[in-house]
Amino acid sequence: MAQYLLEILSEEIPARMQAAAARDLARLAGEGLKAAGLPFSEISTFAGSRRLTLVVEGLPLRQEDRAEERRGPRIGAPEAAIEGFLRSTGVAREDLEARDGVWFAILRHQGRPTGDILGELAASLIARFPWPKSMTSGLGSLRWVRPIRSLISLFDGQVAPFEIEGLAAGALTAGHRFMGSAGPFDVRDFADYRAGLEEHFVVLDAGDRKQRILTGARALVAARGLELVEDPGLLDEVAGMVEWPTPILGDMDPAFLDLPPEVARTVMRVHQRYFAVRRAGEPGLAPHFLCVANIDAADGGALIAAGNGRVLSARLGDARFFWDEDRKVPLAARLERLEGVMFHARLGSMRARADRISAAARLIAGRIGADPEAAALAGRLAKADLASGLVGEFPELQGVMGGYYARHEGLAADVAQAISEHYRPQGPSDVTPRAPLAICVALADKLDSLISFFAIGEAPTGSRDPFALRRAALGVIRIILENGLRLPLSALLAEIAGRAPPDGLVAFFADRLKVALRDAGGRADLADAVFALGDDDLVRIIARIDALAAFLASEDGVNLLAGFKRASNSLAAEAKKGPLPDGAPISVAAPPEQAALFDAWRLCVPAVAAALAAEDFNAAMEALSRLRAPVDAFFEKVLVNSEVAEERTHRLRLLTAVRSVMLSVADFGLVTG
Amino acid sequence: MAAEPPLSFQDLILELHAYWSAKGCVILQPYDLEVGAGTLHPGTVLRALGPKPWRAAYVQPSRRPSDGRYGENPNRLRSFHQYQVILKPNPPDMQELYLGSLAAVGIDPRKHDIRFVEDDWENPTVGAWGLGWEVWCDGMEISQYTYFQQVGGLDVSPVSGELTYGLERLALYVQGVDSVYDLAFNDPQSPDFKTYGDVFLESEREFSAFEQEAADVAMLQRHFEDMEAAVPRLLAARGRQGQPLVLPAFDYVLKASHLFNLLDARGAIAVAARQSYIGRIRDLCRACAEAWVALEGAA
Repeated sequence: MAQYLLEILSEEIPARMQAAAARDLARLAGEGLKAAGLPFSEISTFAGSRRLTLVVEGLPLRQEDRAEERRGPRIGAPEAAIEGFLRSTGVAREDLEARDGVWFAILRHQGRPTGDILGELAASLIARFPWPKSMTSGLGSLRWVRPIRSLISLFDGQVAPFEIEGLAAGALTAGHRFMGSAGPFDVRDFADYRAGLEEHFVVLDAGDRKQRILTGARALVAARGLELVEDPGLLDEVAGMVEWPTPILGDMDPAFLDLPPEVARTVMRVHQRYFAVRRAGEPGLAPHFLCVANIDAADGGALIAAGNGRVLSARLGDARFFWDEDRKVPLAARLERLEGVMFHARLGSMRARADRISAAARLIAGRIGADPEAAALAGRLAKADLASGLVGEFPELQGVMGGYYARHEGLAADVAQAISEHYRPQGPSDVTPRAPLAICVALADKLDSLISFFAIGEAPTGSRDPFALRRAALGVIRIILENGLRLPLSALLAEIAGRAPPDGLVAFFADRLKVALRDAGGRADLADAVFALGDDDLVRIIARIDALAAFLASEDGVNLLAGFKRASNSLAAEAKKGPLPDGAPISVAAPPEQAALFDAWRLCVPAVAAALAAEDFNAAMEALSRLRAPVDAFFEKVLVNSEVAEERTHRLRLLTAVRSVMLSVADFGLVTG
Repeated sequence: MAAEPPLSFQDLILELHAYWSAKGCVILQPYDLEVGAGTLHPGTVLRALGPKPWRAAYVQPSRRPSDGRYGENPNRLRSFHQYQVILKPNPPDMQELYLGSLAAVGIDPRKHDIRFVEDDWENPTVGAWGLGWEVWCDGMEISQYTYFQQVGGLDVSPVSGELTYGLERLALYVQGVDSVYDLAFNDPQSPDFKTYGDVFLESEREFSAFEQEAADVAMLQRHFEDMEAAVPRLLAARGRQGQPLVLPAFDYVLKASHLFNLLDARGAIAVAARQSYIGRIRDLCRACAEAWVALEGAA
């Protein structure tokens, strides 16, 4: 068993593409090996700023010999057909095998040396690698993410040769760009490669790079009594930008601490890829930053820290310029500039959108008991910061800056908070607004998007969701559920839209809720079973789904579900023979199982109705559960399809009634699990 | 770096000229029209098209009317200087050549943190884009490095590598100064030492006011229409050798492009109209690019 090592050394690969590239490399290699009939024990891949690496363990030295059977013309077919078959397979007539009246050719393929196959596999894998964005270089036509500089292709200690546009694969690689000898070095196998890279100041594994950054950074800040503001997304990115990660603690001019901390953090994270630093256990930022350099400089990074500090000061100085200028103009005055900012060609200006959000916020406030005037004001001003200098420069700070400007001009604290939080939740890990005004504006913002885009036929399709409407709908769902808001969706949408909600929007919400439930580990079929009732009060829907899930997890629930399905099947079978009898079931003396089921049903109906009216869905399930034993006994002893017509009628009426009371709680027919 | 005095602004340019001249570039002069970037010089936009190899380097004063800060911001200018290098086809060791140029101006990559950070460059008005990086030195962007994929809306082959150094930024770094106006323009030991501010501050003040307040919008709009009309007329005209007048036509594209920038700085371009202006300039540029490629192919 032998090992294959492939390294593609290129110019700097964008950090955001590396993790997917490592996955794609493993997948393509696995598929290629499988197609070539080469078994292996393990595939590992590594991606970093300059290299993609593949290691396959446990490969055989040769492909197995194999025979391939091809079916030909039937025996006695015209001569021309048989001739053609011989030509296409290259088999002699005397070697054909006759079976079941048909000629078969057996093609024998001799296994080839694995190294030859691997070279071809590597070349084809490189030629069709799925980079999200790729380029050609110089006179070449190969597409890669950036120009390729060298290739290692080693199988069992030998070069498995291939060539790409004049570049031959070999056993050489290069270490760090600036540290160490900088010259190329020889590699024997993966262990030697990994150790050689380390010696030449390259950490191969992204996980190791991240660990070094974290360990080093934590030690640096702890030594100064500080604490790192940890940021896993930034850590991933930074680990993809360096081969020899070297954390460096730099100083930020403390004069900038009076800027909103979000501004400094955005400059650090988005523009400079620095980690922010705070005093242990204190809110706000400390006047420092942590950057990750790619070299271990002789001066311990003093020059690098100073240079980065200067850049940060220049950026923050620019931000301060905008911060000072922006605060001279009230938000209401900025609003007029939104007239010239297009929201969407068919949906008018941002100014028009601000008015719609304002009206929607006012309506929602009326329904949830918030102050309608304050909600309308916050809604109208929510987008005004889009016309501010700072948001023009740092679009990530939209909303947050509006909140600061609102506070600065003396608007009420809850209005400022509503402006600040109205984009929330922005992702699964973001929190939803909790304050009443903030809820009104956050809902109004999203509902206006949804209603407007659905109205012009821009609902998401497949993977296309250019206006992030799925996220908006999920945001609405989360805000409603996490705050326990009783807002029937259809009525709310109609009220905001001023007419019936656009086609498909209510169903879109139902669909999003199902996806959310499934993502949270819930059962989509239970959502279907509850949605079938036509309710649009999300809080009630979820309570019902939760109760249903608990019920179906019990023995009573499982058996009653089976009983329901049996009743439905019986009724469906009987319905084929003619219309089912209508009318209410009546009490009968015998058989006792039928009488017992009738009694149970008669008690169950008012109990379920009362529980549903009180929205106590667990009680409704409990009431249903008392049907279980009588239903089981009924099916065991009683023949529905009695030869006595009157008996059949009574029994069918009873089953219909039992099914109907169950359907008032959930559509058990849609429960599949 | 400490031993040698840092390069003055003009010595920085001279060092880069010497370096790229030694690498086989023709050293061009700045194009004598108002442009927003070194890329727009016909020595890049047009020469990147067609099959012929080409290596050139030059300084290009670049005008960005919207960036004017009246000489009051130490880091932002409405007119700055780009050092532009184009290598066609891009050689395999282009990154090393670039790093060599940094060493030539006194930036030692063993002391400073040099990084190639993803940045895919695009200039919609000339229908050009490419993949590459911004190059960081200790967190500061000092260059843009691009492998052109399209220019004038046309796919390019061979591919050119383009390097654009922000000369003021680079000088700020090399000289360790915080304000662009404090940069040493010539040698501080010279009998008549000048700072960058001595040379350009007045120009920043006056042109910021001109571009953002005083420029005559109606006149700019009229001129834009005139320039736009000139391009197809010149491409239809013929020179003595029977060629379309591509280079004069391209001048008018550049003029239209600058007029657009001025209108934008005056706040005279409605958001909705913006794309349409850019599209008009791009179409003009594409017509020139096609005519140029036909000419280069025929020669």
